[in-house]
Amino acid sequence: MALAPAVTELEQLKDKPEVAALLGWNADAVDGAKFDRNELTIWIKRDFILEACKFLRDHAELRFNLLADVTCVDWLPSEPRFEVVYHLFSITRKARLRLKVRLAGDDTRISSVISVWPSCNFFEREVFDLFGIQFEGHPFMKRIMMPEDWKGHPLRKDYPVEGYR
Amino acid sequence: MSVTDIPGVHIEQELGADRTMILNMGPQHPSTHGVLRLVVEVDGETIVRIMPDIGYLHTGIEKTTEAKFYQQVVPLTDRIDYLCPMTNNLTYCLAVEKLLGMEIPKRAQWIRVMMNEITRINSHLVWLGTHAMDIGALTVFLYCFREREDILRLFEMVSGQRMMTSYFRIGGLALDLPLNFLERVKKFADRFPSNVDQYENLLTNNPIFVRRLKGVGYISPEDAIALGTTGPTLRACGIDIDLRRDAPYSGYENFKFNVPTSTVGDVYARYLVRVQELRESIGIVQQCLEGMPEAGPIKADAPKIVLPDREKMKTQMESLIYHFKIITEGFTVPPGEVYQAVESPRGEMGYYIVSDGTAKPYRVHMRSPSFANLQALPAMCEGRLIADVVAAIGSIDIVLGDCDR
Repeated sequence: MALAPAVTELEQLKDKPEVAALLGWNADAVDGAKFDRNELTIWIKRDFILEACKFLRDHAELRFNLLADVTCVDWLPSEPRFEVVYHLFSITRKARLRLKVRLAGDDTRISSVISVWPSCNFFEREVFDLFGIQFEGHPFMKRIMMPEDWKGHPLRKDYPVEGYR
Repeated sequence: MSVTDIPGVHIEQELGADRTMILNMGPQHPSTHGVLRLVVEVDGETIVRIMPDIGYLHTGIEKTTEAKFYQQVVPLTDRIDYLCPMTNNLTYCLAVEKLLGMEIPKRAQWIRVMMNEITRINSHLVWLGTHAMDIGALTVFLYCFREREDILRLFEMVSGQRMMTSYFRIGGLALDLPLNFLERVKKFADRFPSNVDQYENLLTNNPIFVRRLKGVGYISPEDAIALGTTGPTLRACGIDIDLRRDAPYSGYENFKFNVPTSTVGDVYARYLVRVQELRESIGIVQQCLEGMPEAGPIKADAPKIVLPDREKMKTQMESLIYHFKIITEGFTVPPGEVYQAVESPRGEMGYYIVSDGTAKPYRVHMRSPSFANLQALPAMCEGRLIADVVAAIGSIDIVLGDCDR
């Protein structure tokens, strides 16, 4: 089975209901899209992530009611450095969608989506702990995996695998 | 639900309201199934708030994977959820195979499904035994571990290891099944339904057990979805979702099985759902045994990725070269990212892998079901009696290795 090349042009992905719905809702919020290995990724601009999530959850046809996962990727040394990744799942449609938000290395603030999906509570705390992303609006932004007095964020690429000695 | 109403989000450490006190449960507590610490605020016997504190088993596996070749990550995945090692192997292998765009021979797929279902039975048996023991029914524990011992012997036959199997490899399996293995599985599968009857005789209609579990740890379907629970915990609230059926992987579309659900949403419902799953799993194992493809390849035909057979390596120059290259340099994976979700015994086990085109994964993230399901614990316990916390913990079947990674 040869891999089909990824489709990265927003124009070609307009037939996907998720892309069409988001563009119809607010074209400024969408920062790009990709269809690769049967998985759809949509980039959302940072300021719109909370409203976009609310829109996708409440949309009558899309109905992404379960937030499966929140994580992050560190692309050091390129900028924007961080990508926060949301994996959405629709229990009724059995469909998946990946949302991504790009964040600059020196400004790692993003709105928390805890008011849309309470399930992101632990996930956002984990991303804060291991990557140092600040989720604004989360009521309990404390470390979850590492001890409270830990220095640094271990999953960043500039953090050595052996830890600081 | 507004932010401050979300159970477990925060707990104030103030003892000023003179009716309540803070009670610390764990991390060293036999019925928290590992090293889970619960900070419980109680008013008499009633729980006001409860906050799980995790991270005691955090081993940084996600960081470690970034320094390993793709094939070296497989043994790490066993150690995440030590009760279902093969499910973790499977999820990781499927994700990397999806990145590579690789097809797996049918026999390997069927063996994977069979071993995966045996692993599910193994995990559910440990859950049933320890859960019943928490409630006070000691006998079932011994019966469950009797059958679990049989399963561990099967694992040992097939992989040489009882718990950390690493039997699934990228592109197929480590080895073909040993001699007489299918007969051993057949014997086990024929006997097992009567064992489940035995457990059910002891528990399902046992008045002490039922009164201890019914109505305890209730969660509504809306809350269960909002709090991100998956697997039996969600199915016991009446949400009919099972990734084996709804998003088939590794050839699950070839098997017929029911997805047990219940609409009650309490601890007893979760018990019934899981016991039914034991029966469904053994049904899938029987179907595997009946339809198992006769001898055929168990590895994909991809010499640059899959290690060659030992025999070939010793007789053919080319195989020796490939072996040397894979061991010393690994294999490269085309850039991209995938999220592969699998129905583990606890819920949705997902691996998110990002490749940058080198021989080492750029990022591996494990979406572990225990981590997500634990968020529902406060919603199950708050406003109820402290004696029921143990029943609720047992019913979401957390494994702290899976939770903390």
